[in-house]
Amino acid sequence: MSKLFKPDSRHKLAALVAIWTALVLAPFWMPLLGGYTALGTRVLVLGLAAMSVNFLLGFTGVLSFGHAAWFGIGAYGCGMILKFVALSTPLGILAGTLAGGLAGAVLGALIVRRRGVYFAMVTIAFGQVFYYIAFQWSSVTGGDDGLRPFYRQPLHLGIATLDILNDATAFYYFVLVCFALASAAMAFILRSPFGRTMLAIRENERRARFLGIPVELHIWIAFTLSCFFMAYAGSLYALVNNFADPRGLHYSQSGDFVMMAVMGGMRSFWGPLLGAILFVVFQDYVSSVTINWQIFIGFLFVLVVLFFPRGILGAIRHRVAS
Amino acid sequence: MSLLQVKNVSKHFGSLIAVNNISMTVKPGELRAIIGPNGAGKTTFFNLITGFFRPTAGRIIFEGRDVTELSPARRVWCGMARTFQVTEVFPELTVRENLRIAVEVASGMRLRPWLSQIDDEKIRGRVRELIDMSGLAAKADRQVGELSHGDQRATEIMMALALNPRLLLLDEPTAGMGDQETYEITQLIRRLHKDGKLTIVLIEHDMRVVFHLADRIMVLDQGKFLAEGTPPEIAANKAVQTAYLGQAA
Repeated sequence: MSKLFKPDSRHKLAALVAIWTALVLAPFWMPLLGGYTALGTRVLVLGLAAMSVNFLLGFTGVLSFGHAAWFGIGAYGCGMILKFVALSTPLGILAGTLAGGLAGAVLGALIVRRRGVYFAMVTIAFGQVFYYIAFQWSSVTGGDDGLRPFYRQPLHLGIATLDILNDATAFYYFVLVCFALASAAMAFILRSPFGRTMLAIRENERRARFLGIPVELHIWIAFTLSCFFMAYAGSLYALVNNFADPRGLHYSQSGDFVMMAVMGGMRSFWGPLLGAILFVVFQDYVSSVTINWQIFIGFLFVLVVLFFPRGILGAIRHRVAS
Repeated sequence: MSLLQVKNVSKHFGSLIAVNNISMTVKPGELRAIIGPNGAGKTTFFNLITGFFRPTAGRIIFEGRDVTELSPARRVWCGMARTFQVTEVFPELTVRENLRIAVEVASGMRLRPWLSQIDDEKIRGRVRELIDMSGLAAKADRQVGELSHGDQRATEIMMALALNPRLLLLDEPTAGMGDQETYEITQLIRRLHKDGKLTIVLIEHDMRVVFHLADRIMVLDQGKFLAEGTPPEIAANKAVQTAYLGQAA
């Protein structure tokens, strides 16, 4: 944890190089392991969502169990732009991100005084409100069937056109760039004086308050930032599926993101991505064998929590350090 | 001109009167000790001064300004800093990081998304200064949670100090410490008071520490004011002796 403050140690630099090399080369090595490019794209998007949840959970110490709402609003926002307004991928992402982020900012202002379990419960409740809106308001959202049809649009880059609709590899790289921007922004915030006040609140709220940090304001800012990241991931998810699903707003989806963060290691920046890899790959494999895949995910979660209480990455780092 | 003026404050918790109509005036540069048997209301009194609780009645005036309605964070901005009876630090961060957060907040940079090279250097310099003053230089890069109780206490006091307070409030700074640690913390407080010209109010159970450090002592008993005076006056006070030793003495 404390590594965030120090100039990059050699270990950290090596880990960063390894992570980014693996991500950049994924379309080449994944097929060798039986994977496929679209699976990698899903991992990136869900990993980014889990990292957004963890931005709040692991670094501010605040557990939201309703973050799927912002994810879902991002997806619907992006989808509606593509379906009803303009055939522009960047505009869709921008609209989805703003819609989910702003909704989160407003809700956050109402709930920042709650703590712990009460905070988690209020976020579930409000998250479910958005879920039912998406589920019931059929004329706008498509109801139970979800929002369709819409398609991500090729990117016109002036000199060339990137066909992210039909070329899976091109789309993977587009999502990787989006992922890189968001994760860089997160890392940047966490290394700032503001980011350190987040850690201070996580570590000891009373001390933080009596250092002169207005704790509610800082939690609200961290919550809002996390909602923007979440909605951004949600709008990318709409592009991945060319579809927005009301189940994307359901609290069980929030639970999946929390599970990814906890399995990977919530005190580490990259832990949730690792958790997402584990979750998505395991789900992809097991769901092709049985429809009761969730039982096995549950087992996996229990095993990880039992044997690696710091999460997988946390356990690895602990071993390296000692 | 007084630095801190507490005027007739009371605090009721339901039918319990934890602090009953207490007044206190602290002059700049003074070191004031508050003593009293367990349950005398000392910590509650502290919590009223620092804004942890709102008083049921009474006013708190700091540097001529009424701060009774201000939040704890705002009172810190006014120049009050405190430590707690049970040490409150950031246990999973290092000593240096603990102090760095305090220094950044004190410099008004808590909302900054980045720091310039110059600001960063300034902050690092100030953190180094505080570490040298605390005597924790050898342990500066260890997690505070791993350090001894005394070192955690010293870290907490330095964090409060990093805020450049004009009034420092210490709640039982030597609680739970061995003789050597008690001596070191006492010396640290003495230095801050004598060399740093800092105004300090402290609650303390260890009478050696109190009589060694304090300019004036205030005694509370069962939420009420009992006596106030210089250490010799308090030592000779019959009511204080009764409160501490019981009626039979």
